[in-house]
Amino acid sequence: METLIQQVVNGLVIGSVYALIALGYTMVYGILGLINFAHGDVLMVGALTALQTMLFLMGVAPGMSPVVMLTIALMVAIPVCMMIGFTMERLAYRRLRNAPRLAPLITAIGMSFLLQTLAMILWGRNYHTFPQLISTTPMQPIEGVFVTPVQIFIVVASALIMIGLTLLVNKTRMGRAMRATAENHRVASLMGVDTNAVIAFTFVIGAALAAVAGVMYASNYGIAHYGMGFMPGLKAFTAAVLGGIGNMGGAMLGGILLGLVESLGAGYIEHLTFGFLNSSYQDIFAFIILGLVLIFKPTGLLGERVSDRA
Amino acid sequence: MNELVSAVPWLGKRNPMAARWLIIIIAIAAPIIAMQFGRSWVRILDFALLYMMLALGLNLVVGFAGLLDLGYIAFYAVGAYTFAFLASPHFGIHLPFWMVLPLGAAFAALAGIMLGFPVLRLRGDYLAIVTLGFGEIIRIFMLNLNYPINITNGPQGINAIDPIVLFGWDLSRNLQVTEDISIHSLYLYYYFFLACVVGSVIFIQRLQISRVGRAWAAMRDDELAAKAIGINTRNLKLLAFSLGATFGGVAGCLFGAFQGFVSPESFSLMESIAVLTMVVFGGMGNIAGAIVGAFALALLPEILRDVAVPMQQTLFGKVILDPEVLRMLLLSLAMILMMLLRPAGLIPARARYAHPENLHRIVNK
Amino acid sequence: MITLLDARNIGKRFGGLQALTDVSLTIRKGEVYGLIGPNGAGKTTFFNVLTGSYIPDGGEFVFNGSELPSGKPHKIVGRGIARTFQNIRLFRDLTALENVMAGHHIRTKATIWGILTQNRFTREEERLTTERAYEMLRYVGIERFAETVAKNLSYGDQRRLEIARALATEPQLLALDEPAAGMNATETRQLKALIEQIRHDGVTVMLIEHDVKLVMGLCDRVAVLDFGRKIAEDVPAEVQRNDAVINAYLGGGKHAH
Repeated sequence: METLIQQVVNGLVIGSVYALIALGYTMVYGILGLINFAHGDVLMVGALTALQTMLFLMGVAPGMSPVVMLTIALMVAIPVCMMIGFTMERLAYRRLRNAPRLAPLITAIGMSFLLQTLAMILWGRNYHTFPQLISTTPMQPIEGVFVTPVQIFIVVASALIMIGLTLLVNKTRMGRAMRATAENHRVASLMGVDTNAVIAFTFVIGAALAAVAGVMYASNYGIAHYGMGFMPGLKAFTAAVLGGIGNMGGAMLGGILLGLVESLGAGYIEHLTFGFLNSSYQDIFAFIILGLVLIFKPTGLLGERVSDRA
Repeated sequence: MNELVSAVPWLGKRNPMAARWLIIIIAIAAPIIAMQFGRSWVRILDFALLYMMLALGLNLVVGFAGLLDLGYIAFYAVGAYTFAFLASPHFGIHLPFWMVLPLGAAFAALAGIMLGFPVLRLRGDYLAIVTLGFGEIIRIFMLNLNYPINITNGPQGINAIDPIVLFGWDLSRNLQVTEDISIHSLYLYYYFFLACVVGSVIFIQRLQISRVGRAWAAMRDDELAAKAIGINTRNLKLLAFSLGATFGGVAGCLFGAFQGFVSPESFSLMESIAVLTMVVFGGMGNIAGAIVGAFALALLPEILRDVAVPMQQTLFGKVILDPEVLRMLLLSLAMILMMLLRPAGLIPARARYAHPENLHRIVNK
Repeated sequence: MITLLDARNIGKRFGGLQALTDVSLTIRKGEVYGLIGPNGAGKTTFFNVLTGSYIPDGGEFVFNGSELPSGKPHKIVGRGIARTFQNIRLFRDLTALENVMAGHHIRTKATIWGILTQNRFTREEERLTTERAYEMLRYVGIERFAETVAKNLSYGDQRRLEIARALATEPQLLALDEPAAGMNATETRQLKALIEQIRHDGVTVMLIEHDVKLVMGLCDRVAVLDFGRKIAEDVPAEVQRNDAVINAYLGGGKHAH
């Protein structure tokens, strides 16, 4: 029983991070129909930029309070990622909007590896210890179940961000323009929406979310390196598909569900396969879920039926 | 061959015959020239030929049938591990090369069909991600199947794989022609791999100009219209996956035997992407593109390694960009810039799907 | 008169929209049969159900005396039904000739082994496919563009090429979805001559068309769909006098067009 609760807690934490990343995928997909393969790597840049900032601050102001330091690190990482999101869209994806269908995807894959390579040049190949500014001393709300303050922080912060984003999309002018553009570019632009600006804005917001998620992810595991964005990126994409790609509520639900499945799966796989497979196979759950969803319910849990154009 | 001939700069259009001979001479003389720069360059050429086979096979899936496969290296892995299992001390089995090669090809083809079945209905970009996942699953199994039963030997991989032996002729030993003259093993491998590449090209070209090649092209251009003229898209997709995988499997067997050891490291996502970049760089959907792309992108990083590293040493006194970083940088930039600036690839030949001789016979009637 | 196609009580629903309700119609061998109706009446849906793009919710098609498999486009083409699309769908990067050769796919049999070895059968079949394709291009009058890539052809020639590609599947019933859409008067006249030639050569034609003059001048019989139901089926002159048809087209209070 303790194992079960513990795995649910772990699942919720990692699921919140997946949900934040999945939102970036789903917003871009909803508007452009593009899988921004490099989205996971924006997360990596966010984490490493934050790391760099913290190391700098620790050098110049060793006595600074951890919360202030973390806030400053985020305030640096977020704009850096936003710039990257903006640049990618402006320089590459915008030119490919009317290209054959494989071209933007191949470019996005190239982007992903370019970001990783640049990070490798700047930060080297090694794993870096990520300063855990929020306490990681576990508490025991229930006997045998451990929860750390950083985990609580991740869940609460993700929830607040998601509420904020929902309000942005549903209540503001920009949000309305985003929804209109997702519905139909041409009609939206005829109605006076600057679709180029809306698309750029979508990329920028997605990148900001990725930056936050990157810091959370690195704080949770205590490490950061150039390739750290790939797996969570892929899993968040799976989460977006699971929830119904293009649907923001779906991305949140999908993220949490995927986190739970993965965490429970990792906890019980050894029993289920009679010791043949162990938790080193944790990463294959996401791929299996992705395959199953796409084959049996390609619209995802909350997605609308995509009309097939005959 | 004709595509390749017309791709030769300047000469190709003016004197196709001369261009053809030029290509043949380069192909034959390449290792001899490379040997002047050191044995390692012949080795690099041998690997370049393996990449060519991979690029040709992936081009069949991506370029001909229009199915973006990001897990292609998994079939290479299946071929290599099949060879390692059946011809090494790991299980103590030592089957001969001519038996293992078809088995490796068959297993890879089977893996291709296994991947193909579930993804048949997926659209282009979803297909890409699922195939990527497939490649990763295969790699995760290779890494971890050393426990509780040791099958793959985990991250260490499998060593001491048997060399290629053709009818009692061991390619890993220098061939003693007379007492003083011997042909180096690396040459033997080169010419054997070259023969494999030539065979692949002939087969793929025949496929391209056939009912199957045309049906793939039709499916790639407009799947719905292809169905409306009676093309069984399900079978043709499976055929593309399994034939593409077969090339990967054969190349994998050759790789395992040539290198003598296999480990999961050689089959990372980066390798799938590298092969894809070769196809994209040369020009999707044409054979010459795959060959030139593979040749250029297999050699360029090695040349950079030789040039850029000493240059950095003299300029900055230290190595800022190590060869592996340079390779990744090169591949990712090649992919992005090609898509933005020259989406048809370096050699934007339009592939033919009808025999020119048949055509001329009718038109001149 | 021999019946070629017998559609029995075809129904198709998309979510809350009943696109086709109990549509029954009969096409006789050798005739030109028109399917008309206001926008959104279900004409293209009928084509899609007939050719296997959609699976019908009810009813069946009997073609040449036996039932058609539903939802299996390649089998339906194999039985002898070919179609064109309202918004032309060619293989853009293939030449005109290669488009038509691809259309011949279902009538060819070369195996992978035959292709690999280029045996006599494969070579002969390939030669015949090329020749037939060229004949088809000549038949529709665009043989001079045999080696032109499809996307570079003019609009009218693209329409012709699509018909040639459909004919290459050797159909008994050719289903044309608004073949005259976007054509000028001369092109429409040429198209009419082509369809008459096709019928003369023994292929039954079914067409969806908006150009009333073309339909009336070309079709032997016409069926009218409105809101997914067949409201009339008769010779053109009678259909033109039919009250229900006039109502459907002129509005009669229940339609916005």
